[in-house]
Amino acid sequence: MLLFRSEEHVANWLGGRTPGATINVTKLSDLANAWWGDRLDPDWRPRTRDQNQAILDRLGLTGPFWTLP
Amino acid sequence: MDDADLGLRNRTYARFIKLGRAPTAAEMAEETATPVGEVRAGWRRLHEVHALVLDPDMAEVRMANPFSAVPTTFQVEAAGRSWFGNCAWDAFGIGAALHVDCVIGTTCPDCGETLRVTVTDGHPDDPGPVFHVLVPAAAWWADIGYT
Repeated sequence: MLLFRSEEHVANWLGGRTPGATINVTKLSDLANAWWGDRLDPDWRPRTRDQNQAILDRLGLTGPFWTLP
Repeated sequence: MDDADLGLRNRTYARFIKLGRAPTAAEMAEETATPVGEVRAGWRRLHEVHALVLDPDMAEVRMANPFSAVPTTFQVEAAGRSWFGNCAWDAFGIGAALHVDCVIGTTCPDCGETLRVTVTDGHPDDPGPVFHVLVPAAAWWADIGYT
C-alpha cells in the first residue's frame, strides 16, 4: 500500500507484475477518514466485516479486488 | 473480543497517543495493575482478531493501526509530534484518527523522489500522487507486514 508520484511511476515500479488497484490521493484521504476516524474514540468497538465492506462500497471501491474475506 | 480485552486495547491506544510511541508490556502492566503475562495474553488475543499487531516474538506492539511502533517510510507530522504509518493508507489515517491536519512524507518507490502531502480538513493539497494496492482485500491479513 504505497504512494507514487503518478500512475506512470506505478507502471514502472510494477514492471511485468500484475497491477493491483490504484486510486487518487483524494479518495485515499476519504478512505482513511472513513476507516480510521473512529480508531481513538473512547467507546470504540470493532467493526464487522460487513461494516468494513460498506465503507469500501460507499467510496466506489467495489468488485472482486475490494471484496473482504 | 470481551470487555476486558476491549479495555486493554483502548488503554493501549490511549497510552500510545500520550507517549507518542507504543507502550511496552511492562508499562501497560503497571498502568493496569496486572502481571505482564496477562497483558501479553490479552495482546495476543487482540492480535488474533486484528485489533493490533504484535512483533514477531509476540511480546510487544508492532502496529496499533494506523500507527506503527517502529520507523517506516511513511512519516506523519500531526498534533505536534512525528508518527509513523504502516503504509500509505495508515499514514493518511493518522490525521484522521487524531482529528487534526497533518503532513505526510514518503518517497515514491519507483523514482525515490520525496512526496509531501499536507492534509487540511481531510483534503490533500496535492492531488497528483496516487495510491497503489498490490494485494487484493481478501488477502490483506494473510501477511499484514507485506500488505
